[in-house]
Amino acid sequence: MDLLQTLKIALRALRTNKMRSFLTMLGIIIGIAAVIAMMAVGAGASHVIAQQIASIGSNIILVVPGSTTSGGLRMGSGGAQTLTSDDVRAIMNECPSVALASGTTRTTSQVVYGNMNWSTLIMGATPELFEIREWPVVSGRSISQQDVDGAAKVCLLGQTVVDNLFGADDPIGKMVRIKKVPFTVVGVLEQKGQSPQGTDQDDAVFVPLRTAQIKLSRSSFPNTVGAVIVQAKSEALLDKSEEEITSLLNQRHRITNGKEPDFSTRNLSEILAVAEQSSKAMSLLLGAVASISLIVGGIGIMNIMLVSVTERTREIGIRMAIGARRNDILLQFMTEAVLLTMIGGIIGILLGAGGAMIVSRILDWPTLISVQSVTVAFFFSAAVGIFFGFYPARKAAGLNPIDALRYE
Amino acid sequence: MSNVITLNGISRVFTMGDQQFEALKGISFGVDAGEFVAIMGASGSGKSTCMNILGCLDRPTSGEYHLDGLDVGGLDPNQLAAIRNRKLGFVFQGFNLLARTPAVENVELPLVYSGIHAKERRKRALAALEQVGLAGKEGNHTSQLSGGQQQRVAIARALINNPALILADEPTGNLDSSTSEEIMKLFTSLNQQGITIIMVTHETDVAAFAGRRITFRDGRIISDSLTGPTSPAGRPV
Ligand SMILES: Nc1ncnc2c1ncn2[C@@H]1O[C@H](COP(=O)(O)OP(=O)(O)OP(=O)(O)O)[C@@H](O)[C@H]1O
Ligand SMILES: [Mg+2]
Repeated sequence: MDLLQTLKIALRALRTNKMRSFLTMLGIIIGIAAVIAMMAVGAGASHVIAQQIASIGSNIILVVPGSTTSGGLRMGSGGAQTLTSDDVRAIMNECPSVALASGTTRTTSQVVYGNMNWSTLIMGATPELFEIREWPVVSGRSISQQDVDGAAKVCLLGQTVVDNLFGADDPIGKMVRIKKVPFTVVGVLEQKGQSPQGTDQDDAVFVPLRTAQIKLSRSSFPNTVGAVIVQAKSEALLDKSEEEITSLLNQRHRITNGKEPDFSTRNLSEILAVAEQSSKAMSLLLGAVASISLIVGGIGIMNIMLVSVTERTREIGIRMAIGARRNDILLQFMTEAVLLTMIGGIIGILLGAGGAMIVSRILDWPTLISVQSVTVAFFFSAAVGIFFGFYPARKAAGLNPIDALRYE
Repeated sequence: MSNVITLNGISRVFTMGDQQFEALKGISFGVDAGEFVAIMGASGSGKSTCMNILGCLDRPTSGEYHLDGLDVGGLDPNQLAAIRNRKLGFVFQGFNLLARTPAVENVELPLVYSGIHAKERRKRALAALEQVGLAGKEGNHTSQLSGGQQQRVAIARALINNPALILADEPTGNLDSSTSEEIMKLFTSLNQQGITIIMVTHETDVAAFAGRRITFRDGRIISDSLTGPTSPAGRPV
């Protein structure tokens, strides 16, 4: 018996009981739709995290003052040294596994341009920062070493700041005031988007580190940096760099055994990897819940197929009497079950994809429907049909022709 | 003339729980190609049981059955299905057509299982419908046909694979007398074209169309006689 004919017979059987077929499919539809939607939301989350990892730069270690145990910062109190530009230089020069290091300061301030003003993050930075974070300018130029050394009153603007202060105007060469100090805008940074913590990375102004230390800070220690951003030479050297930095700073800050260090290091990619893993675990869990609904749907299919075999016992008898072999009958009922689940699967895929799109529209949550998840869902629905259709089909094929013919 | 059918000492014992019932008690007869045989007998005498064995739908408890020179006893279910498909045509009392299916597709059905492709199937099914006088009714569903027409569809289905033998168990049992006569005329003309027919009936006027009459009683043959001049000589074994 050819496949086309088998399909035709199966389709006719499903059509005769439209409502029943639809209700039977419903379990599969819901299950597959849930799987697709979950996978889309999960993949969207991982995608965002991966993007954020890339936006931070690779192989980054953050060195911040204060200790992890106390949690608070000990900025220059009790005579303890905090991180300084000299520390940064030492990390660059004396740690062999370190590629680049940049000292940074952060403060929040109003930035004024003409009669516009905008409160934003003011970061002091050295040219290395933009290299580490792979963050080029889209117009103008970046901050140079001469700017840092000469404490030049120049600045780079993030896209959000440009939008809020300048609108459509070109900010290059314009004068802005930060804490009453005039700065010349020399460049605009490429748009970065959100950080893993959810802050807008483009809502920032960058000035040369030395300028920030001297002109914008009221600290009595103008050499202080707020944090050091370090890039290891490779991913394999991340742990090694961390060790080198710790022992170097311990030595420089005279931290002996038993004394609490006045700095701490954090490996950013590690934090993000954990975040990514937990999002994966989440989507796996949701996937498991969805598969349970698929199994329930499959049992529904099996139930209806058993009813259908009983109802059509006479038809089976007729087919056998005129020459259908057991395998023909088996194939016929299997085809029916698989067709049910596959049609359900396709509807489920469409609904799931649509649902994911609606979620991403309404909640502004990114979703990603991968070809892989659609393929998996499709074949999984077929597999449910094969698995749960086999028993009823075998029951039909095992009928005795005379008994089947006599069945009322 | 060669024997289409040879039954030798066929018995069929039904077992229900610990009870046994011997529905056929050692039946032997032969049917030649081109014969038209009527099987008669009281209700419960074993006619349908015998027909089921002849139709390879059931197996005898003991005895030998040769169909068209083939020993049916040694065949597996798939081979039996192939025999039902190619060598036999069934006509039942209750028509046994597929509901909600056009006449032409009912007629085609045996060809579906013999792996004939769609175009050829349709051509042969239409020809068979014409042969039984149902040209133009091919699109009608089973429920849109009268009893006599349904039985004609069933006969067309039985004919489609050019079987060696047509088995009809009370083909007129559900029909009125004038429709019965039409069906019997159709059988007679098929028989005249050389098709062997074995038919079970309770009605003497229906049996009168056949050339030979075998009568059953309590699982045995009690008489086997030639009744018509058109039929070749039967040869009880
Ligand atoms: N599957 C079965 N199990 C048990 N007994 C059976 C079975 N099939 C038939 N019989 C018995 O065998 C006997 C012969 O039955 P069969 O159907 O051959 O009769 P029949 O001659 O066709 O009768 P009718 O003219 O009423 O159709 C009956 O007594 C019946 O009860
Ligand atoms: Mg009977």
